[in-house]
Amino acid sequence: MITGQQTYASLDESIGSMVLNQRRHKRAWWIFFLVGIMGTGLLATSITWLVYKGVGIWGNNVPVGWAFDIVNFVWWIGIGHAGTLISAILLLLKQQWRNSINRFSEAMTIFAVMCAGMFPLLHTGRPWLSIYWLFPYPNILAIWPQFRSALMWDVFAVSTYFTVSLLFWYIGLIPDFATLRDKATKRWVKVIFAITSLGWRGSNRHWHRYEQSYLILAGLSTPLVLSVHTIVSYDFAISQVPGWNTTVFPPYFVAGAVFAGFAMVLTFAIPMRKAYGLKDLITMRHIDWMAKITLATGLIVAYGYVLEVFYAWYSGNPNEWDMTFNRRFSGPYAWAYALLIVCNIIAPQFLWVPKLRTNLNFLWVICQFVGVGMWLERFVIIPMSLTAEYLPAMNKMYYPTVWDFAMFGGTIGFFIFLMFLFIRFLPVINLFEMKDLLYKMTGHKSHGDEHGAAELATEGA
Amino acid sequence: MNEKQTTSVNGGEGVFDVEAARQKLSGKGGKRYWRSLNELSDTPEFQRWVEDEFPNRSTLLQVNRRDLLKFMGASMALAGLSGCRGMFLPEDKVVPYVRQPEELVPGMALYYATAVTLGGYATGVLVEQHEGRPIKIEGNPEHPASLGALDAISQAEVLNFYDPDRVGSVLNRPTLGYEADVSTWELFEAEMGKILAAQKASGGAGIRILTGSNTSPTFASLMGAFLTAHPQARWHAYEPVGRTNTHQGALVALGGVYDTIYDFTKAKVVLSLDGDFLSPTDNPGSLRYARDFANGRRVKGNKGEMNRLYSVESTPSLVGAMADHRWPAKASEIYSYALAFASALGVTGIPAAGAIKLSPADLAAVVKDLQSANGASIVVTGDHQPPEVHALVQAMNEKLGNFNNTVLHIPAVDVTANPQGSATQVSDLASLVADLTADKVDTLLIIDGNPVYDAPADLGFGKAILKAKNKIHLGQYDDETSFWCEWHLPIAHSLEAWGDARAFDGTASIVQPLMAPLYEGRSAIEVMSMLLGKPTGGYDLIRTRWMAPQTASALPVLDEKAWRHAVHDGVVKGSAILPVQVGVSGNLGGLPAPETTTGLEGMFRADSCIYDGRFANNGWLMELPRPLTKMTWDNPVIMSPATARQHNVKDDDIVMVTSGGQKVKAPVFTVPGHPDDAITLNLGFGRRRGGVVCTIGENGNKLDTLEVSDNDTMGGGGFDAYVFRTQKGATYVGGVTIEKLEENAYDLATTQGHQPLDGNHIPQFEGDDRVVVVEHTLAEFNEKADELVADRKKEYAENDKENLYPDQIFQYEGAQWGMTIDLNTCIGCNACVTACQAENNIPVVGKEAVARHREMHWIRIDRYYSGSKNEPDDTNPQVAWQPVMCMQCEKAPCEPVCPVAATVHSHEGLNQMVYNRCVGTRYCSNNCPYKTRRFNYLNFTDNQRQFNSKLDDKPRIPLLRMINNPNVTVRGRGVMEKCTYCVQRINEVRIESKKQNRDIKDGEILTACQQACPTQTIVFGNIADKTSKVSEMRNDPRAYLLLQELLTRPRTSHLAKLRNPNPEIHSAQTAGAAEGA
Repeated sequence: MITGQQTYASLDESIGSMVLNQRRHKRAWWIFFLVGIMGTGLLATSITWLVYKGVGIWGNNVPVGWAFDIVNFVWWIGIGHAGTLISAILLLLKQQWRNSINRFSEAMTIFAVMCAGMFPLLHTGRPWLSIYWLFPYPNILAIWPQFRSALMWDVFAVSTYFTVSLLFWYIGLIPDFATLRDKATKRWVKVIFAITSLGWRGSNRHWHRYEQSYLILAGLSTPLVLSVHTIVSYDFAISQVPGWNTTVFPPYFVAGAVFAGFAMVLTFAIPMRKAYGLKDLITMRHIDWMAKITLATGLIVAYGYVLEVFYAWYSGNPNEWDMTFNRRFSGPYAWAYALLIVCNIIAPQFLWVPKLRTNLNFLWVICQFVGVGMWLERFVIIPMSLTAEYLPAMNKMYYPTVWDFAMFGGTIGFFIFLMFLFIRFLPVINLFEMKDLLYKMTGHKSHGDEHGAAELATEGA
Repeated sequence: MNEKQTTSVNGGEGVFDVEAARQKLSGKGGKRYWRSLNELSDTPEFQRWVEDEFPNRSTLLQVNRRDLLKFMGASMALAGLSGCRGMFLPEDKVVPYVRQPEELVPGMALYYATAVTLGGYATGVLVEQHEGRPIKIEGNPEHPASLGALDAISQAEVLNFYDPDRVGSVLNRPTLGYEADVSTWELFEAEMGKILAAQKASGGAGIRILTGSNTSPTFASLMGAFLTAHPQARWHAYEPVGRTNTHQGALVALGGVYDTIYDFTKAKVVLSLDGDFLSPTDNPGSLRYARDFANGRRVKGNKGEMNRLYSVESTPSLVGAMADHRWPAKASEIYSYALAFASALGVTGIPAAGAIKLSPADLAAVVKDLQSANGASIVVTGDHQPPEVHALVQAMNEKLGNFNNTVLHIPAVDVTANPQGSATQVSDLASLVADLTADKVDTLLIIDGNPVYDAPADLGFGKAILKAKNKIHLGQYDDETSFWCEWHLPIAHSLEAWGDARAFDGTASIVQPLMAPLYEGRSAIEVMSMLLGKPTGGYDLIRTRWMAPQTASALPVLDEKAWRHAVHDGVVKGSAILPVQVGVSGNLGGLPAPETTTGLEGMFRADSCIYDGRFANNGWLMELPRPLTKMTWDNPVIMSPATARQHNVKDDDIVMVTSGGQKVKAPVFTVPGHPDDAITLNLGFGRRRGGVVCTIGENGNKLDTLEVSDNDTMGGGGFDAYVFRTQKGATYVGGVTIEKLEENAYDLATTQGHQPLDGNHIPQFEGDDRVVVVEHTLAEFNEKADELVADRKKEYAENDKENLYPDQIFQYEGAQWGMTIDLNTCIGCNACVTACQAENNIPVVGKEAVARHREMHWIRIDRYYSGSKNEPDDTNPQVAWQPVMCMQCEKAPCEPVCPVAATVHSHEGLNQMVYNRCVGTRYCSNNCPYKTRRFNYLNFTDNQRQFNSKLDDKPRIPLLRMINNPNVTVRGRGVMEKCTYCVQRINEVRIESKKQNRDIKDGEILTACQQACPTQTIVFGNIADKTSKVSEMRNDPRAYLLLQELLTRPRTSHLAKLRNPNPEIHSAQTAGAAEGA
């Protein structure tokens, strides 16, 4: 899981210097960062115009009340899931290989949830009110939110998810901040990391509390992996829109989220390991395993598609079958459904072949297919189902506007912007866990006790 | 101030004439709103007057005591001037009434009876007025043409009234074809005085007056007086879609100019030959006819009888949609149908009929049905059909014994119709053009018309008008005609002026103003009195006319009491014209046949919303979905799907339409049931001037006419079809060609899908048994109503079993509101839609927003086509209407999904929308299976200008705000809204009933849609009261709950549609009806 001749010092060097030695960031970083900044600017413009003008700048209408806004929300939330899965579930399952990818996938979770969280807030007609009316604060009017609404559950699910993910990420960063504080040469850098490391000295007590809190947060995060997207899927499943009202949604949404999330982790990991020479830390085995998870979750998603169609037919509900038959298999949006099948079912099947799994260029392209496919899945479910419901007279088409694309593109830019800031200013790979891993792998078991590795890690720092 | 006072200000430098100033300032009723001071200051008099008031002094300190006293004296004098309010005192302070006007309680609406006219014919209305603002026009239950209902166009008059584009002052146009200067009535009067003086010698030989149809007795007598004073002057009348054909047909057949009135209450069988008697744009008695016709179709309980309607029609219309049998035919073919029916009915001495598509057996069956009705049938044709068809229809009605029974005749109500023996002969437009061309016209006065736009193209009116030396246009807008007139005079709207008018049956109404004129408008009668040299206010003119005995008039003379009654009731008692006995005497065989056509036929029809173009600047009407096409903001080239296939065009393609050397670019729209080889060209669009609403092309799709372009800078919603219309081809022209220019290049804004067939009864896949509109044939229903009811009950019970939740959700005491909509009587006329819009402050969203499906109408009338069961039939499908508004579900799917509890249930069963609480997640709309919720995607309410990107900032918004109903919240952007069952009306009645300590009576609350409905299709009331009308309707065997399988338990029920096909007719169309349910 770690290749090459590695020592604690070389780990510090290859990971820590990405923060401490700013010269390691070459032109490629600036190009991506510039793309990110431009995207962020686009996002800021979109949001300003949106708040000034109204939701009408988008293509939403009646009957299609939700379109790109909620599609993007669900897509971004899904992207985040891989991070939580890697950091929490794999931690609890003691999957050591997670160590080299958990930090930046957690960062991706947080950034993706930030991108996602914008949409449900800004898609409302009056965001300035929804900011506080959606939260259950005690008020003299004695008006509470409507707890029966799935959107209310969403508010709790997403805010909890974001809080726990942020805490989890930050706590994991504390020992690394201490390492960076100790390694830093510049005074102000030292001060910054001293503050962020919260006085970490690596004492036994510190490590003890760290392990406990990390474990608790992992325990908290684990159900969140399942619950967040389950609840997001309730937004649709509890309604009575044909194409939404489906019991298969919760597991199928969660699988889809992990599917998209791993594709996104790979999308970032593959170029990053090349650019920053992290081939020894993010090894081909990591890549291979992630590709396998992508394939496995892809199969679950495919199973979901099959079931969706099967139950539309088996239920005997003419509206469901009409939706499936006339809006997915045929009709004006049939291209979207066909493309979705290609991206999400056909494309991942190449990952059965080990050679293709480890062909980085090929794998990266497959990951892009998955990303597009998962976006299309939400597009197929959300606006397409709304275009044709119960009364044929209200069958209407939906066409996005330039602002729909601008806002979506803007969040992608914002995500890139945050990711590249992260790459430059925070340790992208968990330093101390890598040292721990190295310690375990190189068999320095002479120190015996459990804390030895950790001590060693801090000593190395 | 009766005697002339002259107060001299500032020594001898300038003389301030109080009386003159008063005249200048007062107008005829005070000046409350004006566009800007510049308007006035531009005139030399005003400039001088302003300077005189404070002559060259920078401050009052420079004024000596003597002068100051003079000023004060002048101020005192000025204070008494009627026209001065608003001039020196800013009026932006809101203060309570110091002396409250009689009967006015702030917050309580007052209703005034008056009348609105369409094409000259009046409909009696009640206008709701809040603190001096008229906000809504409703039907007058005591008026025979209304019976309490009102069509969409008349209701929208109130928006016309507040239209900021109406010209506010007299305009003088020194150079024709350029923008005009602001002028004054006084200047015009002076100018007109000179003209009349010059014409005095020749007896007014150079004076021509052009009006539209007119039924006003006062106008007629003033015009009579003018023509007596100027014996050589001529009165011409032109109405682009008027009743000339009807009158000429009557003249040929009956030997006199008669209006034909129908009594649908007695009619058992009706044959319509392209006669849309249900549309106000086609017949001035339509509201009354719709009520009577619907009463003849009302079925209660398990068994019933219905009249039967056959329709042969060109452009699909409301009558065709209601018909039990319908056959499409080109407008030119109707004559052949009329001949065929007439000869089958035994009318002799007529030419042989041309080929028709109706099979002889079916024709015989219709004729047999008509004859068996035994004098209780009606044959009706449309005003647009040529006189020959009208003559034949008169003959058929006589043969059927309908005269004096279901078909009555009265001397024409329209005073311009040249009734025989009339003292005043009115000539037509063609003779005016002839006079103009022959340089016989010195002065042309056009009263309330727009002939430069709407005259037949081959007359060349636009060029001929330039021959007249003085051209004066009295109208609402600075339109195409004003553009070529030296003077534009603002006409007062009927809500701000006194007047009178008569309804289709001659019933006269006094038109009373609801408000002082918003601008400087004067009514036509006031202008006429001015021409007579005795400028008199409208009130005096009307009162004098009605209280003084008139020699040549059968109208009653009113005494003071009768006058007050007439003004109060909106109806002059005893003014209806008594039917006369007539017989068909004309030589029908000697009639010249109407023009025949070859090739593609272009059929001209008035638009069902903006009529002949006069309402083109009315956003409500522009955005009102046309009944059959559901089209807004545009008049596409309408054709049948087969014709479209033949020409290889589809919806939204742009084609070049060529006819008579004129070319127009226009989009294509296909309508099933349209006759083949013909296109419908709706009139009234493609305006080049006349307000921002009608002249702005949206989406960059500017479709200018290529040949006629006097002003290229403005586009126009739709295209101008008048360029194809000729004197002979006023109804249809042949030899039209269409050529495809661009594919799918235009964005037509329809509110209901582009699919030619919306597929209500068309299975989408094997085993699809979904039914949205329930319909039966009458025979089938009469036979097995009990069975149908039992089946439905069983189905409902089965569905209920699947319900996981307790059945009884609401167990409150007190009233439970509910509504029923009888699809059997719904004619799809849109009256309810506009009523709702006016009542509930529903904004106009503009074409682009409609194209994005963001229209805000709370009520929509879904139109479903049905053909034979297995095969979509787009040649002649049947139509069913289904009005849908918020169904006020007891288990409303919208309620549990709202995260902020902005939509909640009331204890009276209303699904309420709390605007203040709504954050706009739109989840409620997504979860509403009826899709009746509307979302303010943009700030539609304040954006009345949003479909106007080109205009400078005129004070539009404050004026349009005056139209808002103060009892209904105006919604901002980002808020969801929907039908409330007119909760403000419920509350108003509840408060009244509580004050009187009694229960609310059944029928006491009328929702706006219910009130406007001409056919009383909508019933509202308390369903907890088992004796109420709505309970009775809800328990009718035909009642069903829309999408009841979803267990939403809507409070609105629909009643199944019944069709009454003739079992002897076996044409394709009946197949669908039999299997419909």
